Amino acid sequence: MAIIKVSRRDFVKISSTASAGLILGVSAPALGQKKKPTVLEVGPFIEIGTDGLVTVWVTKSDMGQGVRTALPMIVAEELDADWSRVRIRQAHYDRKFGAMGTGGSGSIRSMWKPLRQAGAAARSMLLTAAAAKFGADAATLTVKDGVVTDPKSKRTLTFARLAEPASKLEVPKDVKLKENADFKLIGKKVDRIDNRDIVTGKAKYGLDVRVPGMLYASILRSPAFGGKVARLDDTKAKSVPGVRHVVKIDSIGTDLPWNGVAVVADSTWAAMKGREALDVTWDAGAATAESTATLRKRLDEDVKSARSIHDAGNVDRAMSAPAKTIEATYELPYLAHATMEPLNAVASVTANGAELWLGTQFPNWVNSSVADALKLKSEQVKVNVMMLGGGFGRRANPDFALEAALVSKAVGAPVKVTWTREDDMQHDFYRPASHHHVRAGIDKDNKLVAWHHRFAAPSISAYFDSKSRKPWDSESGGLDDLPYAIENIGVDFALVPSVVPRGWWRSVEHSINSFVINSFLDEIARETGRDPIELQLSLLPAGKKMGTGDFPFEADRLRRVIEIVRDQSGWGGARAGEGRGRGFAAQWSFLSYAAQVAEVSMKDGEVQVERIICAVDCGTPVNPDGIRAQVEGAIVYGLSAALHEEITIEGGAVQQTNFHDFPLLRINEMPKVEVHIVPSNAAPTGVGEPGLPPVAPAVANAIFDVTGKRLRSLPFKLT
Amino acid sequence: MADIRLNVNGKVKAITASPDTPLLWVLRDELALTGTKFGCGMGLCGACTVIANGEAIRSCSTTVAEVSGQKITTIEGLSADASHPVQKAWMAENVAQCGYCQAGQIMSAVVLLAKHPNPTDEDINEAMSGNLCRCGTYNRIRGAIHRAAEEV
Repeated sequence: MAIIKVSRRDFVKISSTASAGLILGVSAPALGQKKKPTVLEVGPFIEIGTDGLVTVWVTKSDMGQGVRTALPMIVAEELDADWSRVRIRQAHYDRKFGAMGTGGSGSIRSMWKPLRQAGAAARSMLLTAAAAKFGADAATLTVKDGVVTDPKSKRTLTFARLAEPASKLEVPKDVKLKENADFKLIGKKVDRIDNRDIVTGKAKYGLDVRVPGMLYASILRSPAFGGKVARLDDTKAKSVPGVRHVVKIDSIGTDLPWNGVAVVADSTWAAMKGREALDVTWDAGAATAESTATLRKRLDEDVKSARSIHDAGNVDRAMSAPAKTIEATYELPYLAHATMEPLNAVASVTANGAELWLGTQFPNWVNSSVADALKLKSEQVKVNVMMLGGGFGRRANPDFALEAALVSKAVGAPVKVTWTREDDMQHDFYRPASHHHVRAGIDKDNKLVAWHHRFAAPSISAYFDSKSRKPWDSESGGLDDLPYAIENIGVDFALVPSVVPRGWWRSVEHSINSFVINSFLDEIARETGRDPIELQLSLLPAGKKMGTGDFPFEADRLRRVIEIVRDQSGWGGARAGEGRGRGFAAQWSFLSYAAQVAEVSMKDGEVQVERIICAVDCGTPVNPDGIRAQVEGAIVYGLSAALHEEITIEGGAVQQTNFHDFPLLRINEMPKVEVHIVPSNAAPTGVGEPGLPPVAPAVANAIFDVTGKRLRSLPFKLT
Repeated sequence: MADIRLNVNGKVKAITASPDTPLLWVLRDELALTGTKFGCGMGLCGACTVIANGEAIRSCSTTVAEVSGQKITTIEGLSADASHPVQKAWMAENVAQCGYCQAGQIMSAVVLLAKHPNPTDEDINEAMSGNLCRCGTYNRIRGAIHRAAEEV
């Protein structure tokens, strides 16, 4: 199972600039080579100044998941630094920082070891320097809150005093990392590092960047996907006060799928008014034939001719003569990300190169695609990573950066391109729509012996690479590695063509597949007279492991989160009241284990989600309050989609435009949420996404529990 | 274009703008008060919420001409040192995730608490349901409002 699923071609692009083994073996610079002569630098991640401040370079993008707090915590822990004297700097794109892409719930998992090693190496150097001063053995010294103590002489030295002598030492190649039991900071509730800037309005997002001489642009893009400008009349636009330029922007493959016309002005508002005054006729050719109706028809037909992509056991034989067959069809729509901060980027392109400022999940992808488009060397493209007003996968793609770079080059000035909400809703890389036809075979002993999952979708990989040999590889997670002990498991897939761009939406295919799997398991339980939790536990034999490597699937860990929500929710006991229902779901995703029980009530035919009880095992919890926040947020993101969200297509274009027709969950609909974090010494795994997949099926199963109505399509429609 | 006087955060500012310019873009582009955010342009998400004469308004769909002469408070005007009780409560509850919508949330909450010093959950739903948060921080927002209410 791939953790970050990107099409092969793009993956090569993203990862080719990544290097491993960043820290050890890198010598601290000699005195006088850097701006601050007496600073201890350990690899690209840590600087300790003679003022005693520890600066940690954050090489991952923070879109709300809290890595700007959790990553420096890891360094501070191994370093035994004083947390109040730790500062962060957001890394601009640079090869020396290694893989900078943020996605797949992988920041803590991937940085856990390198940051611990860097922290431990820095600590070791400070200890060696202190030992020389004390005339003591380094092994006998202790460190606490940035102060080294010689227990024998009771003398102390601060990191401030030790930074300079330590900077002359070689970075050690082998360092000993702490045992979990010795953690002082990891596992504690630590407040978000950006809290103060956020509540005072000082935090700088991409939209807040202003550079000297900057102009403002708004871009009109073809409403239908792939449309080109057939006729352009910009007379009226150019007569709007403040408008300076009108520039055509041509698409560049899937890195920039949109053709557009940019209006460049002295202010955002003038640019938006000028853009409104454009008169453009678009030619989208055959793309206009696609609609949600044509797509659904195609999905419905093609799922019948789906071809096998996975067969464990022999599904055809097992399904040929079971005592009982259960089948169901599930449908899911296209979905938009709808980050609160509309997309934007500032670019300044000169004869010497390009500099960009934006909230991006993949600064490396921005770097390579801008360099390619402008025929520059990678070193000539500087990418500054700002705060991200939400990402959820949308800020993975470089399209909005490329647009800004192209407009800046065309007008010869720095430019900020600001998307409107309508632009964002209609020009996304959407979560793929899909249809699923699932069959279960039950033997004469009432045992689930066969699971046949056929599905059809326009896939993510096929969007980026039409020749992809595994076009399902961003859709099949959770299916071709279904962790349940069922003797025969078969998965069939049909690729359906669509003009709609597809991308990675928070938790990617797990948000889809978990809905189908957990809904269908609930149907099987009801049909076979079993309790849904008891059924799922019976499919998870204690001690079962699947896969190899550092993070095999462990049935015991999934069992544990299921047992926690069972016990915490009072599962099996009486419902909380008249008109109340209860539903359950669990999913292993991004190497973490999550289970949920949802409680719903029905009032006047409307569903109200009252409470979600969630348990998550994500390995060693680094910042438990941050984990809780991520799980709460993932639940809201998944619940919002389940209750409200749907992107529909007509004439090859998205019909929704803003929050009135793509409504998001609001505070008055918010359930109570309880998050239980399993204590663990295992290496940390994903947190940003695993809380999402169980919520839609848990709620659907709860609605069935109270109404007897099985909801097999998202978003839920009760009437 | 017209000369317009705006009273923002206790200071009178003279600006030149087209009278139909939304207050949001004057705050952000002309006055460099970028704490107020753009979210939807239609008053549907609340990211642009500021206070005008004691009321929470959506600055993306209010023209500068409409608020000329009114007392406008933006997030920057609450306190620069995060000492306002609502700001403190927001930090204590670790409300923010990406943080982008939070200036708007905080401004809506300040007006709510001015009108209902001890708001019920229903009062909170009513006052805050115009503010979207895609990160899903709603329960912490509720907690922070109750916390701030105790302190005020």
